[in-house]
Amino acid sequence: MRFVRYVAALAAIVLIWWILSALFGGGNILPDPVQAFSAFGASLGTPMFWNHLAASSGRVLLSMALAWAAAFPLGIVMGSSRKVDAWLAPFVFVTYPVPKIVLLPVVLLLFGLGNLSKVLLISLILGYQVLVAVRDGVANLNPRYLDSVRSLGAGRLDLFREVLVPAALPHGFTALRLGTGTSVAVLFFVESFATTRGLGYLIMDAWGRLDYRDMFVGILGMSLLGAALFEAVNGLEHVLCRWRRARIR
Amino acid sequence: MIQPAATGYRKDSESETVLRADDLSKRFAANGPGVLKSVSITVGGGDTYAVVGPSGCGKSTLLYLLCGLLHPDAGTVRYRGEPIVRPHPEIAVVLQDFGLLPWKTVQDNVALGLKIRGVPRRERRQKAREMLRILGLAGTEDRYPSQLSGGEQQRVAIARALVGDPGLLLLDEPFSSLDAITRERLQHYLLEIWNRFRVPYVLVTHSVEEAVFLGKKVLVLAGRPAAIVEVMENPGFGDPSYRDKKTFHAMARALRRALDRAARGE
Ligand SMILES: Nc1ncnc2c1ncn2[C@@H]1O[C@H](COP(=O)(O)OP(=O)(O)O)[C@@H](O)[C@H]1O
Ligand SMILES: [Mg+2]
Repeated sequence: MRFVRYVAALAAIVLIWWILSALFGGGNILPDPVQAFSAFGASLGTPMFWNHLAASSGRVLLSMALAWAAAFPLGIVMGSSRKVDAWLAPFVFVTYPVPKIVLLPVVLLLFGLGNLSKVLLISLILGYQVLVAVRDGVANLNPRYLDSVRSLGAGRLDLFREVLVPAALPHGFTALRLGTGTSVAVLFFVESFATTRGLGYLIMDAWGRLDYRDMFVGILGMSLLGAALFEAVNGLEHVLCRWRRARIR
Repeated sequence: MIQPAATGYRKDSESETVLRADDLSKRFAANGPGVLKSVSITVGGGDTYAVVGPSGCGKSTLLYLLCGLLHPDAGTVRYRGEPIVRPHPEIAVVLQDFGLLPWKTVQDNVALGLKIRGVPRRERRQKAREMLRILGLAGTEDRYPSQLSGGEQQRVAIARALVGDPGLLLLDEPFSSLDAITRERLQHYLLEIWNRFRVPYVLVTHSVEEAVFLGKKVLVLAGRPAAIVEVMENPGFGDPSYRDKKTFHAMARALRRALDRAARGE
């Protein structure tokens, strides 16, 4: 049933696409789904496409890993220590509403035009989301969980490992999953200049050359990358948060 | 319900003092209201205590002080002569809710204390399984707490407390979030456990029936700041059919009167 609904949704999207492409230039400007998918299928056989995909996936995966590595532990520390939170929370919440993407020129000035700047900008944006979600999640943890484990003689490290990390994981994964969309969007933005590799470059370059088929190869590639990341985070959560799936039998 | 154990358990001589708390006083804020004032309690090897008082009177605070999760402003707690300043491995605590970790299986919850103490994985798993079997919970090892009923969860919490071979058990309203039928069953269950292991315990509760059924000595905690206003010996304690006896009801009436007196501030 679930499968049927998904197929129905896909069919509806393809149908709307078809109508749009027919309305706008009869397939000459906006390729219809058959043209786009056949171009996509053909490009799968070219090293050019895989190069772009590899560059894009590498950047976004590295960014996600970096964001997680920095924000997850920091969120736990902020959520569990009033002292640390009292100092860091004002800093985080003053900068939180700033759209980090406008910092792009600053990041480019400081870290150059290469991959480092691109990765840093995506991690910064994603990291904030993970940080805030984990901090709030840990701060709302019932302190009795900590008391009960403390009564077993737990030290700081035990509390971290047995209570805080598992309590924070679902919050971190929710933020990461929602963040995959944002991450790919920012990826597109940072790949649209100062590089000749990546799906974002492929899209903008094809657009400039008026090669709408290649453009759609890039668009489909980025869409699939986004979907794959979303599913990957889902899968990771599935494995690492098994108790969330446990149902009363 | 409770299966025979293979392991031997320490039995204290009845006269030996296990826990001794002297003149405990506690307030949370420096100039806030006092919560406890001069509370003393001495738990012997064969004792079971029930501490009764209305909600919010300081029962949990008292238990937290006894196990070293909180520090008193004045007074001392000693376990077998050793001052308690942090949780002691031989003092096990059962909390009302949130005692079990939702992200650990039943077996891993039971084994957690052993893990923290550095017991090797195989050994702690085996001990946890054994304790679950003794407590009639075989078959639940690989489930998560959310997959158990409230009564089963509290039995697992008791298993977790017992698996570390404790010298003293502290229970903070362990059955109060259960329905009446399950609660009565678990009260019998605790009595069976006590008859089998003879681990002395201090149980705090706001239920008169529970106190009379489970306390060899019943303390009434009342006032602001709270103090122990009455100590009642409960000679009928220990009999599984005590609930049906006249002496049980007489004892419950006497305890109610004591609580009323305390509420009126006499
Ligand atoms: N950590 C705390 N900080 C401030 N006040 C507290 C804290 N814990 C308990 N109290 C206060 O102490 C009093 C006794 O609480 P508690 O020991 O939980 O009562 P009981 O367990 O009998 O219901 C209550 O008025 C409660 O608000
Ligand atoms: Mg309480």
